[in-house]
Amino acid sequence: MIILEQILNGVQFGLTLFLMSAGLTLIFGIMGVINLAHGSLYMIGAYAAALTAVRTGSVWLALVGGLAAAALGGIVIEFAVVRRLYARNHLDQVLATFALVLIINQGANMLLGRQPLFVAMPPALSGSVTLLPGLTYPVYRLLVIAVGATVAAGLFAMIHGTRIGMLVRAGATHRQMVRALGVNVALLYTAVFGIGALLAGLAGVIAGPITSVQVGMGEQVLILAFVVVVIGGLGSVRGAFFGAIAAGLVDTLSRAFLPTLFRQIMDGSNADALASGMSAISIYLLMALVLLMRSQDLLAEKS
Amino acid sequence: MTSDTLEARRSGRTYAFPMSRIVIFVIAVAILALVPAGATALHMPSVTGFATQVLIYAIAAMSLNLILGYGGMVTFGHAAFFGVGGYVLGILYQHSAQRSAFLALVPGTDNLAVALLAAVLIGAATAAVIGSLSLRTRGVPFIMITLAFAQMLFFLFVSLKTYGGDDGLMMRRRDVVPFVDARDDISYYLICLTLAVGWLVLTWCLVRSRFGAVLSGLRQNERRMMAIGIAPYRYRLVAFVIAGAGAALAGALMANYLRFVSPDMMHWTKSGELMMMVILGGAGTLFGPILGAAAMLALETALAAYTENWQFYLGIILLAVVMTTRGGLSALLDRASGR
Repeated sequence: MIILEQILNGVQFGLTLFLMSAGLTLIFGIMGVINLAHGSLYMIGAYAAALTAVRTGSVWLALVGGLAAAALGGIVIEFAVVRRLYARNHLDQVLATFALVLIINQGANMLLGRQPLFVAMPPALSGSVTLLPGLTYPVYRLLVIAVGATVAAGLFAMIHGTRIGMLVRAGATHRQMVRALGVNVALLYTAVFGIGALLAGLAGVIAGPITSVQVGMGEQVLILAFVVVVIGGLGSVRGAFFGAIAAGLVDTLSRAFLPTLFRQIMDGSNADALASGMSAISIYLLMALVLLMRSQDLLAEKS
Repeated sequence: MTSDTLEARRSGRTYAFPMSRIVIFVIAVAILALVPAGATALHMPSVTGFATQVLIYAIAAMSLNLILGYGGMVTFGHAAFFGVGGYVLGILYQHSAQRSAFLALVPGTDNLAVALLAAVLIGAATAAVIGSLSLRTRGVPFIMITLAFAQMLFFLFVSLKTYGGDDGLMMRRRDVVPFVDARDDISYYLICLTLAVGWLVLTWCLVRSRFGAVLSGLRQNERRMMAIGIAPYRYRLVAFVIAGAGAALAGALMANYLRFVSPDMMHWTKSGELMMMVILGGAGTLFGPILGAAAMLALETALAAYTENWQFYLGIILLAVVMTTRGGLSALLDRASGR
């Protein structure tokens, strides 16, 4: 039963990671831009939702507020900075968006203070349900799984069934051709960036009640999302999905079970030290393993 | 994409040094060697400390410049090697102070030369492992993977409670060197100056050599280099290992200077700062990273004295620099002197 519970936790973490990495991989696939400020949008979503919830007390307004703030932030970032980076090299993109991260993080510190915010769980969602005899699970985490799965399904439907999705797929493989066919590329770019920002904001909103809301929360998730994107293959939303679930499971399960596993083969203190070290880096070891097994061309950048 | 602009940045530069430049270089080193004396005479002893930090960061920035500027490899994980170097020195010191041994095998030491050598070797070995994996990719995946591996080491050292974990490792005193009082600030400054000049000369020799030519060639046109029979992976890996060793040397010097090492030394913002130093000074130039390190530290110190939220203003300045200028400070100096 405890294994099943941890698997659910892993899936929930993985789906949160997917919301982040889907935006990243779309933005890279279409525009060829690496955006370090993606984590800042996650933080903006989390902060906006937390503050709206405190002011209004409404869960729905908090959700809307978080999403709107993240989308708005994304559009402002795209319009003011990222738009000018499409033609520049990766080095300039990294440095400019790194500067954005410094500005947004420190700006949040100046506006909102350094204390982390703790978001109360909405009362209707704070209970637990019994899924199987002996397995109770928090409602909120189940809801996160449901939301994540729904968004993933919706995203697949959009990419494979609609006109925007067709342009997104075409843009990811033949960017020049899409341009040549007279598609309004600037509008497509802003739309994709907006979708990515929305997804990051959603991830931030739903992560709020699980973790504390604080400056720097975005970068931790951002770097995990990079790992996911590398595991799944850059530019592929499907790859990001499976990569995210795998990373979520590996991280959660190694944190839960490695200490007991190591204790069976060595003495207590050594086992704990080794297990905590191993579980802290398990996701990165997974990435190294994937890199070792893959041939170079699978990971080669699409251009 | 990277190659064109970087090439433009160092246009007009040749590998050979004119005599006048060598004279300027010797005079500059002589002036730097006199900094502590001047600082004492002017009753501003903090200048020596500041100059020591500039020199240490200059070594780290020069090492990054070898792969970023000359090799065109955009790595976002260089602080990992900086931190590894610092931890090697710190861990060896702790074992020497406690008279214990690392993994019950390797005895500790408080000899600076031994600790620096160990830091360089272990930094090189770490770079070999990380480089051999991440150099299978290029472009954006390479940026992400180097960043991720640096983050992995960050979390690894956070979880190592034996060596301070989150709080870092304090050293009671600095390491010693036979015949020299290395615990004295001025002597330590001169040690750092010697090593920085040594690393500069090493970089100069590397860049002038056939190896350096291949490295630059790979940045400019990989396909052409492959057509004349050069295997890119090996050359890039060797450059990556040398750069890792240099950053580890700088990290060990910094840990010994501050008598403190913590996971923050390998935090991803530190990698960003090192990149900023290289870009600010001018990527792919010999002296650029030194200028960049000095400018960045001066900027940070000035802003920090003025406001608590200096990172905000630093971010704005850096954004403006990246968006509007090309070629950094050294290009600016060249333009000003009409070269």
